[in-house]
Amino acid sequence: MIRFDSVTKTYDDGTTAVDELSLEIPGGRITVLVGPSGCGKTTSLRMINRMVEPTSGRILIDGEDVSDRPAAQLRRSIGYVIQQAGLFPHRTVLSNVMTVPRLLGWDRARARAAATEAIEKAGLTAQQAGRYPSQLSGGQQQRVGVARALASGPQIVLMDEPYSAVDPIVRAELQDELRRLQGELGITVVLVTHDIDEALSLGDMVAVMRYGGHLAQFATPAELLARPADDFVASFVGKDRGYRALGFADVAVSPRPERTVRLGEAVPAGSGWVLAVDDAGRPLGWADARSWGGPLTESRVRRFGTIARLGESARLLLDAALSSPSRRGVVVDEHGAVVGTVLADDVLDALDARST
Amino acid sequence: MGGVAWAELGALMLRHLYLAGVPLLVGLAVSLPLGWLASRVRWLGPPLIAGTGLMYTIPSLALFILLPLVLGTQILDDANVLVAMTIYAVALLTRTVADGFTSVPGHVRQAATAMGYGELRRVVAVDLPLAVPVVAAGLRVAAVSNVSMVSVAALIGVSQLGSLFTDGFNRNAMGPIVVGVMASVVLALLLDATIALLARLLTPWLRRGVPA
Repeated sequence: MIRFDSVTKTYDDGTTAVDELSLEIPGGRITVLVGPSGCGKTTSLRMINRMVEPTSGRILIDGEDVSDRPAAQLRRSIGYVIQQAGLFPHRTVLSNVMTVPRLLGWDRARARAAATEAIEKAGLTAQQAGRYPSQLSGGQQQRVGVARALASGPQIVLMDEPYSAVDPIVRAELQDELRRLQGELGITVVLVTHDIDEALSLGDMVAVMRYGGHLAQFATPAELLARPADDFVASFVGKDRGYRALGFADVAVSPRPERTVRLGEAVPAGSGWVLAVDDAGRPLGWADARSWGGPLTESRVRRFGTIARLGESARLLLDAALSSPSRRGVVVDEHGAVVGTVLADDVLDALDARST
Repeated sequence: MGGVAWAELGALMLRHLYLAGVPLLVGLAVSLPLGWLASRVRWLGPPLIAGTGLMYTIPSLALFILLPLVLGTQILDDANVLVAMTIYAVALLTRTVADGFTSVPGHVRQAATAMGYGELRRVVAVDLPLAVPVVAAGLRVAAVSNVSMVSVAALIGVSQLGSLFTDGFNRNAMGPIVVGVMASVVLALLLDATIALLARLLTPWLRRGVPA
């Protein structure tokens, strides 16, 4: 647990970056500091590993004041992922990732083994380990940044706008992996972003900060969407927060049974939209059999957008229904096999039932 | 060749290399901390760079004559020339080294600090290697400048390739002068190429292509 105890940071020119911040960041979770630029979120993050020293107040990690430890030694025990990855351009990926283990005084073989493992965990290949950062894409560089932060097995990882420089598709991929890694390793992640969507999708807890370094609200994403503390939080969380809140709404919707057809099987004309599946029962797509019939071929199958998993949020179920050409959203089990379909109305009815 | 014996020419070239090259290395060693200071301490940078740069405007002949008075050395002592050339190298290199350190991307420096590097260790392990391309470019200029300027020391009687100029002038013979010029050019090119090659060996990461 990381505790901010009335922490204030005032710079020499008189600007107050962080004002009397008190916050308890839970261990083993992802906590996101979010807010507009100038709200002091990055300053707050950097005070945890003493890149910035507070003017007053204390920061405690598991009850110990961070200022009691030499700064360099403290930093070696805390992973850090910076914007643009901040990789050392003159060192290979492997050597970049070996940095902290080497600073900790591990021998070369042990550092190399730890780095190799971290590189693998971060989703990079052994071949990429021998490359220089400039030879990798932005997304791969960011993975190296994560591997470097994890290599020595820290309990806490700080991330400063880690995904601001990568495109949206890669960002979503990296965010998923962060969730997975955090869950696997049980580490405490403190992440700074200005992107409220990122905050809501990644954070177990979200601290919304406002200009002048004030904490506006500290809550779970669902709580922020349902009960914003004030107008600032409400407007920052966004206009479509009713729809976003569905992302955290669990609804009891039982999928309707859906007839599935395998490739090569005959489809009688006039069957309407039929759901094609592979031999394992995983969905391939929809075939339009309103005015056509015959054995089902691959060219007849139309791919679809979203597939929802059993037990997923109302938002994903609704999205699956709305993105399906048949208007029936496909629901699969944990193995990816079709369980049935839901209609948008089913989801809305379930939401209505829940709120009454 | 040109009335100059090969053995004599070789000896003069070695002398020339010694008088120009050693100050280059010492000058680099002095400029590294100075340039680092100039790049790190905001208020100190401009005066430090302007001040060292100004030393380049001192006429070399004046310096060769003045230094014995300051250092308490004999007028013919190599030390005078070595110190003078070191001053010129520092004048050229301080700015270059400062530029080199400034060229290190801020996010890389910050990441290094956040990993737990101490200041000195970071400068050596991260900042310095990344400053090599800029420093090497300045070093090449200083090397050529030194090779050219050191020949003036012949006027005060310190022997090196410049001695061929004074010799040719005194005997009204073109031969030694032409040989001296050619040898100076060869020496300058050799030093330049050596520094370029060393810089290349020190920066392997700059020559890896970006794979598709």
